Amino acid sequence: MIRALRPLALILALGLPLAAPLPVFAVQPDEVLKDPLMEKRAREISKDLRCLVCRNESIDESTSDLARDLRLLVRERLVAGDSDGEVIDFIVERFGEYVLLRPLPGGANAILWAAGPVMFVIALGGALVYLRGRRERPKAPGQEALSTEEEDRLAKIMAEDKLS
Amino acid sequence: MITELGHFAVCLALAVALVQTIVPLIGAHKGWSGWMAVADPAAVTQFLLLGFAFAALMHAFITSDFSVELVVSNSHTLKPLIYKIAGTWGNHEGSLLLWVLILAFFAACASWFGGNLPPSLKARVIGVQGLIGVAFLTFMIFTSNPFERFEIPPMDGRDLNPLLQDPGLAFHPPFLYLGYVGLSITYSFAIAALLEGRVDAAWGRWVRPWTLAAWVSLTIGIGLGSWWAYYELGWGGFWFWDPVENASFMPWLISAALLHSAIVVEKREALKAWTVLLAIIAFGFSLIGTFIVRSGVITSVHAFANDPERGVYILALFAFFVGGALMLYAARAGIMEAKGVFSSVSRESALVLNNVLLAVASFVVFIGTIWPLISELVWGRTVSVGPPFFNAAFTPFVVALAVILPFGAILPWKRAKADRAFASLRVVLFLAVAAGALAFALQSGRSALGPVGLALGLWVILGAIADLWLRSGRGSVLSRLGRLTRLPRADWGKAVAHGGMGVTILAVAAMLSWQSEDIRVAQVNEPFELAGYQITLKQVTEEQGPNYRSTMGWLEVVDGNRRFALNPERRFYPAAGMPTTEAGIDYGFLRDVYVVLGDPQANGAWTVRSYIKPLANWLWGGILLMSFGGLISLTDRRYRVAAGAGREAAKPVAAE
Repeated sequence: MIRALRPLALILALGLPLAAPLPVFAVQPDEVLKDPLMEKRAREISKDLRCLVCRNESIDESTSDLARDLRLLVRERLVAGDSDGEVIDFIVERFGEYVLLRPLPGGANAILWAAGPVMFVIALGGALVYLRGRRERPKAPGQEALSTEEEDRLAKIMAEDKLS
Repeated sequence: MITELGHFAVCLALAVALVQTIVPLIGAHKGWSGWMAVADPAAVTQFLLLGFAFAALMHAFITSDFSVELVVSNSHTLKPLIYKIAGTWGNHEGSLLLWVLILAFFAACASWFGGNLPPSLKARVIGVQGLIGVAFLTFMIFTSNPFERFEIPPMDGRDLNPLLQDPGLAFHPPFLYLGYVGLSITYSFAIAALLEGRVDAAWGRWVRPWTLAAWVSLTIGIGLGSWWAYYELGWGGFWFWDPVENASFMPWLISAALLHSAIVVEKREALKAWTVLLAIIAFGFSLIGTFIVRSGVITSVHAFANDPERGVYILALFAFFVGGALMLYAARAGIMEAKGVFSSVSRESALVLNNVLLAVASFVVFIGTIWPLISELVWGRTVSVGPPFFNAAFTPFVVALAVILPFGAILPWKRAKADRAFASLRVVLFLAVAAGALAFALQSGRSALGPVGLALGLWVILGAIADLWLRSGRGSVLSRLGRLTRLPRADWGKAVAHGGMGVTILAVAAMLSWQSEDIRVAQVNEPFELAGYQITLKQVTEEQGPNYRSTMGWLEVVDGNRRFALNPERRFYPAAGMPTTEAGIDYGFLRDVYVVLGDPQANGAWTVRSYIKPLANWLWGGILLMSFGGLISLTDRRYRVAAGAGREAAKPVAAE
């Protein structure tokens, strides 16, 4: 968080207008690789990498110079023959984990990734327990057969009726 | 002078809000009807006072009164009138005034339309609403007063953020706030019911229209924001999983869950405790949303006006309202005994599953949004959580929801037969799967997202149609059609809203998987091809707008026999010193042609980015259908017939 705010503070200090995503272009024509397959891979990788000086944008969307440098770096590594994973490792090694928009599953992040499925299982379990409790029982309250006391009373009332 | 009166009205409103909180709540507790009756005039007075204050602030904006600090920092004499008006709420202080105005509006509505509520419940609802008002009014008066003056007024203002000078965004905040704040009234209903110690079918019926109204407003607000991002930000995205977007999405998901569980309370007197809890959580998410937007604690592209100190205050409000409500809930949850019994296969069970999925989905959004904060605070590990996470973690729940929706919608209450429901939907299932398979065969080598999304979307849309058709009973087609027109509006609303969700799913899948893109340096008068369209950059001209300069591109697009021009722009707003883009879009039924103008290149060429976006309009159409469905449902007879509310609730389940 603090690291995220630092570039922001810099922008504020320089008195630059605090624009939301600067509306020019992200990927420039001169960056595009000749090989369409490799370009496609580059775009996919770029979508998962954060533009470090922006608020909340991937380098694929960002127009900042840093994002452009990173996009070029990604393409450079791809052309050099790296696999997608190797390119990402290369970038993370230099810029830290913060650059990843898809958080690594390891360590504490396991909680983040497991949160949804675990919560779902818990909620589903709770719902099943609830549904079991709501199920129509053969003898729902109010429809139960009369208790012995009630039968006695009923018999008495009937008897009284006959007498009168 | 008017500004001072506005300021004074806000202070008076705070005093009234105090009365509105204390007197009716004590009255309801002691059973003094005179004290309870204070709620009505207090609520209406507070609303009128705040309405006056808001009008006074708007007056300052319209007349460009630069002795008011807020006007200076958010307006400019050259700005078109509509954006002068929108400037009233396009900033922190003004939007807070709008927030309390809407809060008071809902209390006044509870007074106007609450004639059929038991007097003590009504007094408590308005009292709790007053308490929220007190909290936000103090916050506004002491930390962010919109009526602050300058001693020496400057000659002109610093202009509204140009990104906000746009019709889509001018009305995005008011709708969103109607939704956020609308959830305060369901919260007040929940607290009032807990104080009252009674949650019954009638309560479910009262709380549902309010939730529905809030949900419809949220839907429209989110839709407007998404549409704005689509045409304004210049790369044609429509959802970015930005913290502030998530802040509006979480209450949307929870209020959707609340809508559905309130039906179970109303029809079957079950799920009561859960519904009350959802009402509390929904408003809690609204407060968290406000906290995220206003505190700037989570970096977001939306943080236009943020300040950590304000954040702390909102966090304290959150702790008080949600913490207090949960304590009350824990103490009183035992009283809410469920009455209705139902088997495991029934409409009730389907709605329980719907609630599980919606609640877990919003939990995923929540944890993803705050995770960077937790990770940094607890482990000192700076991480980012971006769209790739949300796409992976959130989507499965939406898919599951879409799969069960048509089944659940046609299941009868109490006890149902799964095989009979399946048999009714055989045709729908076949059509949806066939369409998906066809799409998969036609598109070679692309991801399965498109065909799967298509099949799911069709399944939901056709399922909604089948739902209506099954409701029309038996007999000849003609008599069934006749019966369709006489169905309760709630049935129509349900089908339209569900269909809207199907359309939205379809559109999202199509846009994500079948879009074509082209980025190039375009020479003037040299045509290029994109997915069967011939695009030519004709010329680029400089234009002068009311308060901006524009570099405007003229592109000709040839689509078969049709020719049309597109004018993407790059604008520069000198007063704010900020550039913006306006994409050139040809909106079509099946696709949008979307072009953006980039930087000038050597020898008169320009960079041009063009897209063909399939079914883009269906996305906005789907969102509109969802809100329209909500509106239809809101006009259902059973909400209009106020007097019969108590009696009808006792009747067996006939309407739905």
